[in-house]
Amino acid sequence: MATSGFELLWQTAPQLATGAGRTLAISACGIALATVLGLAYGIGRTLGIAWLDRSLRVYLAAWRAIPVLVWLYLFFFGLPMFLGLSVPAFACVVCVLGLWGASEVGEVVRGALRSLPAGQRDAALAIGLGRLQAYAWVLLPLARKRMTPGVINVYTRIIKTSSLAVLIGVVDVTKIAQQIIERTYASVTLYSFLFVFFFLACYPLSVLSRRLEQRWSH
Amino acid sequence: MTFDLAFMLSTLPAFGRAVLTTFKVGLLAIGLSLLVALMANVLLSFKRRALDMLVRAYVELARNTPLLIQLFFIYFALPSVGVQVSGFTSAIVAMTFLGGAYLTEVLRAGIEAVPVQQLEAGRAIGLSGGQLLRYVILPQAGLLSLPAVFANVIFLLKETTVVSAVAVPELLYTTKNYIALYYKTYEMLAVLTGLCLVLFLPLSLVLGLLERRLQRGHLGF
Repeated sequence: MATSGFELLWQTAPQLATGAGRTLAISACGIALATVLGLAYGIGRTLGIAWLDRSLRVYLAAWRAIPVLVWLYLFFFGLPMFLGLSVPAFACVVCVLGLWGASEVGEVVRGALRSLPAGQRDAALAIGLGRLQAYAWVLLPLARKRMTPGVINVYTRIIKTSSLAVLIGVVDVTKIAQQIIERTYASVTLYSFLFVFFFLACYPLSVLSRRLEQRWSH
Repeated sequence: MTFDLAFMLSTLPAFGRAVLTTFKVGLLAIGLSLLVALMANVLLSFKRRALDMLVRAYVELARNTPLLIQLFFIYFALPSVGVQVSGFTSAIVAMTFLGGAYLTEVLRAGIEAVPVQQLEAGRAIGLSGGQLLRYVILPQAGLLSLPAVFANVIFLLKETTVVSAVAVPELLYTTKNYIALYYKTYEMLAVLTGLCLVLFLPLSLVLGLLERRLQRGHLGF
């Protein structure tokens, strides 16, 4: 039996590390998905295609109006019923984080692209670039500094939101901690650990986002 | 797959109560968060290093940890050191802890955005510190931070779904309860989604409107 909190954390470190790994894996996959889809969203909303713009606005409204946790339940309980396929909880969380994150990343990307002078796009097209080439070689590189801080901010929100995975039965860091509490009753120690774990995952990103924003705003 | 409409209708009173609980938790937490934010900004206004660092530490801790963990800490960990709290109280405290930090930042940004000439002009016509705050800083800072405050209000209202994890009978908890009792998953998810759309969609549309309105500049400077 562990005598102190630190001793207990040391003894259960392998289990906690497994859980932490799972949580970080969920976050990383969610972030990757959110980034790719978010860029597509941001580009899609600045192309000036009316039907696309309208559909993406509906997409944004849906993800903004319905809380992420509700989406998680909709995917976890709803998908098996509608599609007849059972989606593992892990994949559910990654999908929901990715699709929700895409709407948030996408809004940042759209804002950054919209803030560019119209002349940049015209010039890119005038030198013979195609519309998507203009994004790849001119518009996105120009908007990069304006969108990076905001996008990193969304990443920290994705990491924080990944904690909801435990509520649909994913054995993540929170679940592992709860299992250890069931055996040892050391709830203060383990919940403090969770606090520190998430703080260490998010705080460096928050600082980075703020630094970049300050450096690039001049 | 059949759709049991009669069953859905029979759950409506319970969902009515759930909506009320959602708003009760949400609005109480928002009110208290605003209070926390105001106090934090009063502390910041003293321009003392120690106070600044205290507020900073609170804001960073609250903003860089998930609401669920804050909630679990209050609900599951505090009882073991002798502080027994109900699910409802934990929900309010956790959401105030989180919301207070967000609104502190929002308010601070609003106050900083008030042009310094406004302060100088206020001082020049002989306003005291309190009068300056009351008649010059807060009205402008309030207006400037209005969209961000409103965005956080919506954010916190939506976050109330997380407190279902500590058995507060709000929207999501009620849904889960009915699913567990009657296996009417399909119907209950439909009710839940419908209610979310009815409650939150108009709010986010109003937010969009508010943002555009203020961007066009009705501020007089």
